[in-house]
Amino acid sequence: MASPLIELTRARFLEFWRDPSALFWVFVFPVILAVALGLAFREKGDEAAKVALVGELAPHLVGEDTRTGGALELIALSRDEALMRLSRGLVDLVVELPVALEPQAKIAFHFDPTKPGSSKAYLEARELLERKAGRHDVLVAVPVHVSKPASRYIDFLIPGLVGLNIMGSCMWGLGYTVVDSRRRKLLKRFAVTPMRRADFLLSFGLSRLVFLVLEVAFLVLFGWLVFGVAVRGSILGLVVVSFLGLGAFTGLALLIASRTESVEAAAGWMNFVQLPMWLLSGSFFDYTRFPEVTHPFIKALPLTALNDALRADPESPVSGILLQGCGTRTSNYPTQTVLAFPKDAENSHFGMDTS
Amino acid sequence: MTAIICRDLVLKYAELVAVSGLNLEVETGECFGLLGPNGAGKTTTVEAIEGLKAPHAGSLEVFGQVWGTRRDRALRKRLGVALQETRLPDKLTVRESVRLFASFYGNTSSQEEVIGRLGLTEKATARVERLSGGQKQRLALACALVGKPDLLILDEPTTGLDPTARLAIWDIILEFKAMGGTVLITTHYMEEAERLCDRVGIMHAGRVVALGSPQELIGQLGADQVIELEASLELSDAELGSIEGVRSVSRRGDRVVILCRFPAKVLPFVFEAAARTGATVSEAKLHPSTLEDVFVHLTGRRLADG
Repeated sequence: MASPLIELTRARFLEFWRDPSALFWVFVFPVILAVALGLAFREKGDEAAKVALVGELAPHLVGEDTRTGGALELIALSRDEALMRLSRGLVDLVVELPVALEPQAKIAFHFDPTKPGSSKAYLEARELLERKAGRHDVLVAVPVHVSKPASRYIDFLIPGLVGLNIMGSCMWGLGYTVVDSRRRKLLKRFAVTPMRRADFLLSFGLSRLVFLVLEVAFLVLFGWLVFGVAVRGSILGLVVVSFLGLGAFTGLALLIASRTESVEAAAGWMNFVQLPMWLLSGSFFDYTRFPEVTHPFIKALPLTALNDALRADPESPVSGILLQGCGTRTSNYPTQTVLAFPKDAENSHFGMDTS
Repeated sequence: MTAIICRDLVLKYAELVAVSGLNLEVETGECFGLLGPNGAGKTTTVEAIEGLKAPHAGSLEVFGQVWGTRRDRALRKRLGVALQETRLPDKLTVRESVRLFASFYGNTSSQEEVIGRLGLTEKATARVERLSGGQKQRLALACALVGKPDLLILDEPTTGLDPTARLAIWDIILEFKAMGGTVLITTHYMEEAERLCDRVGIMHAGRVVALGSPQELIGQLGADQVIELEASLELSDAELGSIEGVRSVSRRGDRVVILCRFPAKVLPFVFEAAARTGATVSEAKLHPSTLEDVFVHLTGRRLADG
C-alpha cells in the first residue's frame, strides 16, 4: 500500500513541477536578477574617469600623451558644455585651467564628492597638473596590486539571491497552496478522509525540501558556471543553513495561511511580510549601510540571519551565527563559512567612493 | 442496523441557526435524500454527519459512533464523500488523483477498476483542468468510491451538469446501492430524489418538514394530479376549491396551480368559464404530482428557489 505521506508529497511535487509560472519564479527569475544586476554592477576595473578640461590650455593637454595609465580620460570642452555634462553625470570632473601652468596659478575643480569616482578623478587630475606645473615627488611609490578573491558584487549577490529564493518559494509555495486549497474546499475534502493531518503538513515540508535542493543547487551552479562564484565554505554548511531557512519560512507561511480565507488576502499578507526583508535583509546590498539604530530590527528578520549565514565572512565572527558550532569546520575558514564573501568587498563598486 | 441517527440536532454558524432540531434516521442499505432549496440547511447537516461540524445541541451518530473520539479515523475509512463543488488539484491527472485518495484508505478497490467503472479510462492520463464538469464530478465520485466505503455521502452531486452527465452519475449511485452500500444524498432536483431515493426528508428553514418515501409523500397530498394554468380569466380560489376533488389552489404570478384528484372535473369548468367570458387560456398542463408539488404545498416555495 502506498504511503499517504509519499503520495501527498508526490502530488505536491507534480503540481508545482507542472506549473510553468511557479517554475519561472523559482528558477528563471533569480537567474534574470543575477544576470541583470551582475551586469549592471560588474567589476569595472580601472575604468578611466571622464574629466572635462576648460580653457585655452585644454586642447593642448588633451592632445598630449598624459601617461596616467588610463586613469583619466581627458576631453576639451567649453565651460557651459562641460558644466552641463557634469550636471548630467556624463563627466566626473570639470577642470577650469589657468592661462598657464605656473606656480600660484589658480585651478577650479568642479565635482560632486558624493558621486562615486569623482573624488578619485579630482586627486588624479590634480596630481597630473601638479606634475605638469613642475612638482617633483620626494617619495618613491611602489604600487603592489593584490586581487581579493570573491570581491565582486556578483559574489555578494548570489548568496543573497539564494536566501531570497528560499524565502519566496517557501512563502508562496506553501502559503499560497494552503489558502488556495482551502478556497477550493480541498482542505475540507481531505479532512473527511482518514488522511492524517500530520501527513498533510509534512508533505509540504518534504516537497519544499525536494525543491529547495533543486533551487539552491541550480542557483549556486549557475553562479559558479557563469560568474565563477565558488562555494568556498562547506557544502554541508550550505545544506544545513538552507534547511534552517526552509524551516523558518515554511513556519511563517503556515502562520499566514492558517487564518486567511482568500488568496488575495494571503497575497497581501505575504507581500507585507516579505517586502521589508526584500529591502532590508541585505540580499541586494549590505544592510550595515542603514542607520545603526535600525540594525537590531534588521538583524531580527529571518532573511537577514539566513543571508548572513549564507555569506561567509572569514574576518568577522559575528556573521554566520546560524552555523556556529555546527561542526562544519573547513580548513581555512571559520565554521560559518558557506558562500565566501568578504564583507567590505562591495564597498569599492556599489555606490560608494573609496576615499 | 442504522447508519445515521440525528436526534434534535441543532447546528449554528456563530449566532445564525442553520439547523434547528433535526430528527433523522438512515438505515443501512438505503438511499436517503435530503431535499430542499438553497439555505434550507442541507449542506450544514451533511457536514455535521461527515464530522466537519460539531453539533451545538442534540445528538448525532454514524454507524453507532459519535464524532470526536479516537475512533474517528476508523469511522472515516467507512465514509466516501463528494462535497459540493470540490475542485481537485488542476495539475494532477485522473489516475494520480485517484491514487492519492486511495493512499488514505487501508482497504481499497483497484484504482483502475474504479476509473473504469466511472467511465474515465480514456481520460486516465488527462489533467483535472482539462476535464468537463461531468467528468470532474465522476472523478470526485471515483475518489469517494476508491476507499470501498459503506456510506456514500454526496452533496448535490449533479448540480450544474447536463442531463447525460446526470444520468451517468445516477447509474453509478444506483450501482453502489445495488451492492449493498448506504447513500445519503442532498439535492434540489426532485426528479433526482424520485429516481434514486428510497426515502426523502424535505428540509425547510433548518427543519425536516416531511419524511417518507417519495410515493408516500406524494400520496399524503391526497391528490395525485396537478393542473397548471396560464389564463387571462378571473377565477377565485373559492370557486376552484368548490370543485370536487380539488385539494389546493396556489398562484405564482399569472400561473394557477391546482392539486386535484379528478382533473376531468376541473378542466371543463375552466374552459367553460373562458368560453363564457371570451378569455383566453394560453397554457394548460396536466401531470401527476411530484415531490416538487409536495414541497410547494408544504412551504409555498419552489425547490429551485434560492
